[in-house]
Amino acid sequence: MTTQAKPEETAAPGGSSSFLSVRDLSVRFRTEDGVVRAVDNLSFEVERGTTLGIVGESGSGKSVTNLAILGLHNPANSEITGSIKLAGQELVGAPNKELEKLRGHTMSMIFQDPLTALSPFHTIGAQIGETYRKHTGASKKEARDRSIEMLTKVGIPQPTTRVDDFPHQFSGGMRQRAMIAMSLVCDPALVIADEPTTALDVTVQAQILDLLKELQQEMGTAIILITHDLGVVAKTAKDIMVMYAGRAVERGTVREVLKAPQHPYTWGLLSSMPNLTGPVGVPLRPVRGTPPSLINLPTGCPFNPRCDHLEQVIGGKCTTERPPLAPEAGHATACHLSSGQKQEIFIDQIQPRLG
Amino acid sequence: MSNELTLDKTDGHTPTIGEPLLQLSGLQKHFPVMDGFLFKRQVGAVHAVDGVDLTVHANESVGLVGESGCGKSTLGRLVTRLYEPTAGTITYAGQDISHAGRKQLAPIRSEIQMIFQDPYSSLNPRQTVGAIIGAPMEINGINPPGGIQKKVQELLETVGLNPEHYNRFPHEFSGGQRQRIGVARALSLSPKLIVADEPVSALDVSIQAQVVNLLQQLQKDLGIAFLFIAHDLAIVRHFSQRVAVMYLGKIVEIADRQSLYESPRHPYTHALLSAVPEADPDDDRERIRLVGDVPSPINPPSGCRFRTRCWKAQEKCATEEPPLVQLSGNLDGHLTACHFPEDGGLAAAPAAV
Amino acid sequence: MLRFLVRRSLGALVILLIISMVTFALFFAIPADPARLSCGKVCTPENLALIRHSMQLDQPVPLQFWHWFSGIFTGRDFGGAGYCNAPCFGYSYVKQEMITNTLIDRFPTTLSLTVGSAVIFLIFGIGTGMLAANKQGKPADKIASSASLIASSLQIYVAGPLALWALVYSTNWLQLPAYVPITQDPIGWFTGLLVPWLVLSLIWTANYTRMTRSSMVEQLSEDYVRTARAKGMSGRSVFLRYAWRGAMGTIVTVFGIDLGVLLGGAIITENTFGLQGLGQLSIDSIRQSDLSMMVGVTMVAATLIVVSNIVVDAAYALIDPRIRLA
Repeated sequence: MTTQAKPEETAAPGGSSSFLSVRDLSVRFRTEDGVVRAVDNLSFEVERGTTLGIVGESGSGKSVTNLAILGLHNPANSEITGSIKLAGQELVGAPNKELEKLRGHTMSMIFQDPLTALSPFHTIGAQIGETYRKHTGASKKEARDRSIEMLTKVGIPQPTTRVDDFPHQFSGGMRQRAMIAMSLVCDPALVIADEPTTALDVTVQAQILDLLKELQQEMGTAIILITHDLGVVAKTAKDIMVMYAGRAVERGTVREVLKAPQHPYTWGLLSSMPNLTGPVGVPLRPVRGTPPSLINLPTGCPFNPRCDHLEQVIGGKCTTERPPLAPEAGHATACHLSSGQKQEIFIDQIQPRLG
Repeated sequence: MSNELTLDKTDGHTPTIGEPLLQLSGLQKHFPVMDGFLFKRQVGAVHAVDGVDLTVHANESVGLVGESGCGKSTLGRLVTRLYEPTAGTITYAGQDISHAGRKQLAPIRSEIQMIFQDPYSSLNPRQTVGAIIGAPMEINGINPPGGIQKKVQELLETVGLNPEHYNRFPHEFSGGQRQRIGVARALSLSPKLIVADEPVSALDVSIQAQVVNLLQQLQKDLGIAFLFIAHDLAIVRHFSQRVAVMYLGKIVEIADRQSLYESPRHPYTHALLSAVPEADPDDDRERIRLVGDVPSPINPPSGCRFRTRCWKAQEKCATEEPPLVQLSGNLDGHLTACHFPEDGGLAAAPAAV
Repeated sequence: MLRFLVRRSLGALVILLIISMVTFALFFAIPADPARLSCGKVCTPENLALIRHSMQLDQPVPLQFWHWFSGIFTGRDFGGAGYCNAPCFGYSYVKQEMITNTLIDRFPTTLSLTVGSAVIFLIFGIGTGMLAANKQGKPADKIASSASLIASSLQIYVAGPLALWALVYSTNWLQLPAYVPITQDPIGWFTGLLVPWLVLSLIWTANYTRMTRSSMVEQLSEDYVRTARAKGMSGRSVFLRYAWRGAMGTIVTVFGIDLGVLLGGAIITENTFGLQGLGQLSIDSIRQSDLSMMVGVTMVAATLIVVSNIVVDAAYALIDPRIRLA
């Protein structure tokens, strides 16, 4: 892997105390059209037993970030810099053998579409048991028993017979339960759930989110929940990070970000989503335009071509200077508007729309 | 065939709901399940749509919600006559088109158009946008004043795309723009009814709103009736004046949006609504958790189809199928198919199962 | 599975019946009169009528077909030529031989040629393909890919004489191609077929390399392969247990069909190396207007292809549990 951990980051203050600490992470892909800056200088932390919701649209870098944590990017065409520390262990640049031991054991992943993410050629039991055997050295019999135990835990009926079924014999909701069973089989300390309910119906989505929450309470797992649905994070996460064009544009607790959002993009997301009680008959307020190309990012703030509040920033900094995510801790945004302006715009213009 | 498509023709106020445009009565679509040793014979049927009555009026948008496999997409394809119904009738503008042949359908096909879910696979990648949007006019032998190209450019403008992009190919557009192309294609024959099957579910949140707004604008300005099929209850509420909830091939509840979302009477509607996550940390609505999965449409449960997952089910539900009727206390047009309906209002939800 | 096999076999019989009717009809469509051909230089009309009668060509066509068809199951008497035991495909007046005997005589050559080269091209083709997929984009991949592109564009009638010249005539490293039954002389069988095997498998190896590489590359980008890596599976087990498992379906399907075609006679290869197999037999019978022999060879080739199709479908169901046979 072409990676260079910045030496000064290893001694970054406060960075090592969290269970998962990501510092200045950048992921770049070389393509024929140019270098794609999929993730750009991203920093965040996750504590044990809590859930961080990462919200963003396609191309915002949310999935790329998490594949980088697991070390799943192809080193032949990607370049990863910065630092990812899991329980103090540096993952950027770690040898593949080390990462293999961590994947599925200390950190695991739940993918979006369980139909394509589970192997069609192996039984559910074999796929769950395989992870367990790999990391614990258990026998086939023990692994099978453990698979049945996990299937019971995630609420699959008749686990002793369903363990020998193939994924195509399961319904969508059950497949996602099986996927969760597989990712939790070694009691990982960190679970990354990448759009775990996007492919599911609302009633099943509610079941799956409840299940994740219960399992988290029982096992004290740290969860990163990647989603485009602010409703899903509102129900499950403690903190939210909103990503746009490979960068964090807003970060805070669920209450801070959803109740008093301060970034124009978050405002856009919230007011473009209809809800069950808001006014009807008025048009939605979408974010103008389309997401930027990650090969040719706009200068300054990457959101500036779609932003409605450009003129309010003194000195036109939006098109020249990239705003940092500030302050360091607590509710932070990457926007040149002053905090007074943000407050004012939200209360005067945005809040009334949300109903 | 009218060619008035530009948006400046509007008279400013919301069009009133008109005459019944589309009437479905006892509509069924069963897909045969074949098996057999030497010769295949039918051993069963997937009851995809199983007796649906529904009316869509001119100028009206009717929403159709339900979980995957409930038959909502099949219903959409029946209306556009991509499928032929097994039983029941489809009446469009007073004309029975349930089993109409190609010739008979030809004039109606131009009035009923469809917008598909996937903006990536529903546009031919080898055709220019101009050819895609112009094709329906060419096929139907329509020659608008100024020629097809001029009309296509007008349509592109109507849906918010640059008319100069006439000669581009679909891959040069983003997902939201492609869906706009799909909308322009549907508009090219000045339809009276558009069946939109999950038109925004493949799009990003911020783009979704753009397309929903576009469709709503067109509905208002051009007076097109919509059958809006989606699984996202909030978007359906936003877009449709009336909403029908489907479960296993049947409509279990239908009402104007206010009644349906504020005082649902069917337990399934209630459960669906309570499962929608709202982006509000203070949202403390009662949450109903349905257990298990939707039963197989090959062998739907007897009586009320929802009874296997319903917390209120009693013996009667297994033996007697509840009719879709107006319950006491409901507004006109609010029909519910349930023996033991909820008393309306979301606050008074029963204990979760 | 048993149900599937029985049903498919019955279906196969119907297909073969149709094929036999079509080939038999072609027999009469070809502007060559077998009786005239057997009549010799001084052919009086009486002689011709006599021969025509002895060949039963004076009977109505459906009746002739029935004689031929029932002969496959019951055997048939050819008067002076003797009795033909079931399965009887008729009598070749050109070769003066029972067709079944000729087929039995020629088939081992084709079988040996096919099986030997199949072993070689499967091992090397799949091996090289997997190596290329594993080293995707690296020099090893590029070399394997370009070499297989060149090899697959070679033709046997070019590669064959070249190989003969390079390996046999000018160097004497290998023996001239010839068929000796394996039961008589295993070593002679091996050395006699080595050059044809190498030439035939060179081209097929190239095809299988390309196919294996592309289906492995496709499988490696599947979501479930990523999941396997996310669970901590080693690169090796991801490659073999997951990607290879997925790629196998394509390879088995193509191989089954190829095998059927090859067994029906590798015409050009046999011709190039002068091997007397089914392929050579079919060419000869066309050249000599030996119509009854052509029908016999066609039927055998068709049967082999139909059977290998059934085997492929059954094998596919074993590989992919999503395919249910009924």
